[in-house]
Amino acid sequence: MSIDAPAVLGEPIPRLEGRQKVTGEALYAYEYRADEVLYAWPVQSTIVTGRILRLHTDVVLAMTGVVEVLTHLNAPKLADGDDGELLVLQSDRVAYRGQVVALVLATSIDTAREAAAALDVDYQNDGLDVELSAEHPKLYAPEEVNAGFATDSEQGYVDAAFATAAFTTDEVYTTPALFNNPMEPHATLAAFDGERLDVRDSSQGTSSVQQTLSTMFGLDPANVRVRSEHVGGGFGSKGSPRPNVILAVMAARVTGRPVKIAYTRQMMFALAGYRTPTISHVRLAANADGRLTAISHQSYTQTSTIQEFAEQVAEPSRHLYAAPNRLMTHRLAALDVPTPRWMRAPGEAPGVYALESAMDDLATVSGIDPVELRIANEPDVDPESGTAFSSRNLVGCLRRGAELFGWAERDPRLGIRRDGRFLVGTGVAAGMYPAMTSASGARVRALPGGRYELGVNATDIGQGARTVMAQIAADALGVPVSAISVDLADSTLPKGPVAGGSSGTASWGWAVTKACERLRSELAAGAPVPPEGYEVEVETSVDVDAMAPLARFAFGAHFVEARVDLDSGEVTMPRMLGVFAAGRILNARTARSQFLGGMTMGLSMALHERGELDAVLGDYANHDLATYHVAANADVRDLRVEWLEEEDRQLAPMGGKGIGEIGIVGTAAAVASAVRHATGVKVRDLPIQPDRLIGQLPPRFL
Amino acid sequence: MKTFEYERATSVRSALTSLGTPGTKPLAGGTNLVDLLKLGVERPDLLVDINRLDFGGIEPTDDGGLLIGAGVRNSDLAADLLVRTRFPLLAKALLSAASGQLRNMASTGGNLLQRTRCTYFMDTTKPCNKRDPGSGCPAIPGASRELGILGVSNDCIATHPGDMAVALTALGAIIHVDTLDGPTSFEIGEFYRLPGADPTRDTNLPAGALITAVEIPGLPFGAVSTYRKARDRASYAFGLVTVAAALDVEDGIVRDVRIALGGVSHKPWRASIAEESLRGKLVTARSFEAAADAELAAATPTEQNAFKVALAKRMLVGTLHELAGGHE
Ligand SMILES: Cc1cc2nc3c(=O)[nH]c(=O)nc-3n(C[C@H](O)[C@H](O)[C@H](O)COP(=O)(O)OP(=O)(O)OC[C@H]3O[C@@H](n4cnc5c(N)ncnc54)[C@H](O)[C@@H]3O)c2cc1C
Repeated sequence: MSIDAPAVLGEPIPRLEGRQKVTGEALYAYEYRADEVLYAWPVQSTIVTGRILRLHTDVVLAMTGVVEVLTHLNAPKLADGDDGELLVLQSDRVAYRGQVVALVLATSIDTAREAAAALDVDYQNDGLDVELSAEHPKLYAPEEVNAGFATDSEQGYVDAAFATAAFTTDEVYTTPALFNNPMEPHATLAAFDGERLDVRDSSQGTSSVQQTLSTMFGLDPANVRVRSEHVGGGFGSKGSPRPNVILAVMAARVTGRPVKIAYTRQMMFALAGYRTPTISHVRLAANADGRLTAISHQSYTQTSTIQEFAEQVAEPSRHLYAAPNRLMTHRLAALDVPTPRWMRAPGEAPGVYALESAMDDLATVSGIDPVELRIANEPDVDPESGTAFSSRNLVGCLRRGAELFGWAERDPRLGIRRDGRFLVGTGVAAGMYPAMTSASGARVRALPGGRYELGVNATDIGQGARTVMAQIAADALGVPVSAISVDLADSTLPKGPVAGGSSGTASWGWAVTKACERLRSELAAGAPVPPEGYEVEVETSVDVDAMAPLARFAFGAHFVEARVDLDSGEVTMPRMLGVFAAGRILNARTARSQFLGGMTMGLSMALHERGELDAVLGDYANHDLATYHVAANADVRDLRVEWLEEEDRQLAPMGGKGIGEIGIVGTAAAVASAVRHATGVKVRDLPIQPDRLIGQLPPRFL
Repeated sequence: MKTFEYERATSVRSALTSLGTPGTKPLAGGTNLVDLLKLGVERPDLLVDINRLDFGGIEPTDDGGLLIGAGVRNSDLAADLLVRTRFPLLAKALLSAASGQLRNMASTGGNLLQRTRCTYFMDTTKPCNKRDPGSGCPAIPGASRELGILGVSNDCIATHPGDMAVALTALGAIIHVDTLDGPTSFEIGEFYRLPGADPTRDTNLPAGALITAVEIPGLPFGAVSTYRKARDRASYAFGLVTVAAALDVEDGIVRDVRIALGGVSHKPWRASIAEESLRGKLVTARSFEAAADAELAAATPTEQNAFKVALAKRMLVGTLHELAGGHE
């Protein structure tokens, strides 16, 4: 083995594939070539619910270049893969507008698209039920909510606490349907060679895609290879297989030819998953010094009729602050809509928005400074489990943020700071996100000449996994990063979890550390590496299972300044600051962009993003990026990120907590708080667009 | 996508000849047309590329106005010194639109003819009277937040989405057009149409005609003008409500004024009622408010876009206040 190189974990080394990406060399799923490839184009339902009566495929099949049209009448039967959204073309039933009712296969993409548009479908239209409300008759309590959390939890007597409280708030906070929309839409290339299936898929985890394909198509997993070498973002929408990969494999099976499919931006709004609209009824009670005596968070969300997905909106309220009396509930309505799914910080993003907005309301009614109010409610142990936190630095984030932001000079009065036609205000909110770890495999091979091949089924969805895995291996082996080549996002590698839940780096990285340490101990220092190399492979189930039962969370504090145009109700942000405590930061450059990206997405959630439901036609009318807005550069000027040094030895050995999601959590509440401070108007229905403010703003001329 | 032919025009005459065949469309910057081709909203058989034709640049006219060739790109028009000094509202309108890349491609003629951004018009799986006459208007009971409040009809509440045309409407620009039968021209207010019972036509441009130039008549107080745009994000978004205005004040009295509103109607909306109400009035917030109320009295919003009435009023009053020298 070589001499120890200086440690590189934490260093801001640039993404290893950065150059390949900016020069266009890096290939994404759709860009791979295959001989005799067919292009698939989905035909989507134009009714909301009902039955397919007739598909006029003859007209389409007669078009030059059209090879096949798959429908529920001729598609191969699929086994259940535990997700109703994946059972494509299996029945004549339509469950939402935009569901796939046929797949056209043609020799060119333009023919496929034109043919798909030309396919006439006769339907029996059975009406629609697409609008969520807290009074919806179909609301029910699911058995559990996303990630296995309890549907309901209750402690003490919430109502009684309200009767005796010094201060109370009781409000409803809503977030609209939100759409992940990564830069690269979902895409797949699938090819069979006999019984062997080779798939390039834009996915956050190849192991789970491989598993699902094997199950649904009855294939031997050993014959199924899934690769996702480069992925242009996911934000949760590629965290499990989506209909695109099932359709491509199905078509490849039927035609015996390689098949490509890519969603258009418009299709993303029906076929990729999205964040359910959320309704949160939050009630807080506090005594005279602001200590909470009751927290009640009752949430209402939607799922589809073909698959249950219950976003854990009230779950974060079980952990952020303590109170002797607590009630957290989840109710779900199965509507005629596409199935919602994971979107960056499912549960936390809308849930903490609601809870932190309520804390802001409590600060306003009590007159207690919102930073101090939060500090006063800092729990000693996790309020839900009663166990200790592995580390908890919310107070540190709040104090550091307050100092950097100049919070002490803030005048708490609402709606009084004018700068010409603008009202100016500042706001704050906390954020938290669980630090999770799951088992992963990894292998590493030493080669003669001091090179190492690392194989770990991580997925680099832009967050920098390839780079950080190389850094982890370099330090564990005591060699420079340049001595390591990284193989990832390939289901033939030792099994690894998805890039999701902010847990990828901790999970894969633990396996990498373990493999490298084992290699180092097995290959005695100075011993020659055999000509064929020397390889070890490990798995971390036992290590992960042996973790002490502690509450593990990353924390953050957002401090923001808002400027509201009195003529237009437009809101822009001169300053946004996020301070985070997320364990050890493993790469300062990629970490910074995760925090910034999360905060930017939180800003979008606060000010811009909204699926506009058409309650008559039953879909989201604004299904492209010209009409579904995300933040632009001009929306924020000074966007700043800081993190606290945090040493937590109760995590995976690298000591990081996961940072993919914490940045979005709390941002929207801080923005709403700043808008209220500026204008005196509290908006509780996101996004805060001109129509929410214009009728309530103070007069322009005094 | 439907297959189509492409040809590059060598002269205005040859372009007009090609355009004489139905199913033919001129292609300028393509920033709107190509999107609509991909969506299947526009389905021409032949595209005539007019990008190499010389429609002239930006020339001052004798009356203090400007003559702008149809091929002048939005970026060049916004950066032109004469435009910026004589008609700052036009430069501001242009710069508030789209993105740098789009403005580099977008032409003066193509910009005038950009189609509505109504989401129903752009989605061929849905009914739309503008795209598919007689199929209905799902926007009225549906997602109408961005759509029109003035001059709407039971058949269509689409808006003209552009910014440049709003400034040109305030300026009373003349659209010069060439046809196989010879040149003609339209005052911009006569160029754009209200939807009425035939929303398929955005303008009165004759079939097969080409826009060749835009003429802005001289306006001595054109230098005291501005353009404001309220939108859902700070850049790269179409306007919810926009205001183009020029104001001529003497001794605290409004001598003359030009106002147009964008984002509120099927055409850029010349606010003549407000203009009329302001002439000869004292420059006060109250007269501005009264003018806005008078103009907006005819608004017939949906529930979703009712906010545009209040928004248009505040925008109009604030813009006039700024032009009157009030604190911005
Ligand atoms: C994402 C996005 C955001 C945008 N945001 C804004 C915005 O905020 N504000 C705004 O105002 N605009 C905005 N635009 C629209 C943009 O301004 C227009 O697309 C552009 O001005 C059109 O000009 P063009 O030359 O590219 O026209 P083309 O797309 O080439 O043509 C448009 C139409 O005009 C016809 N045509 C073109 N030239 C002539 C001519 N000389 N005579 C007769 N017919 C002609 C074409 O046949 C076609 O029907 C945006 C566009 C996009 C894609």
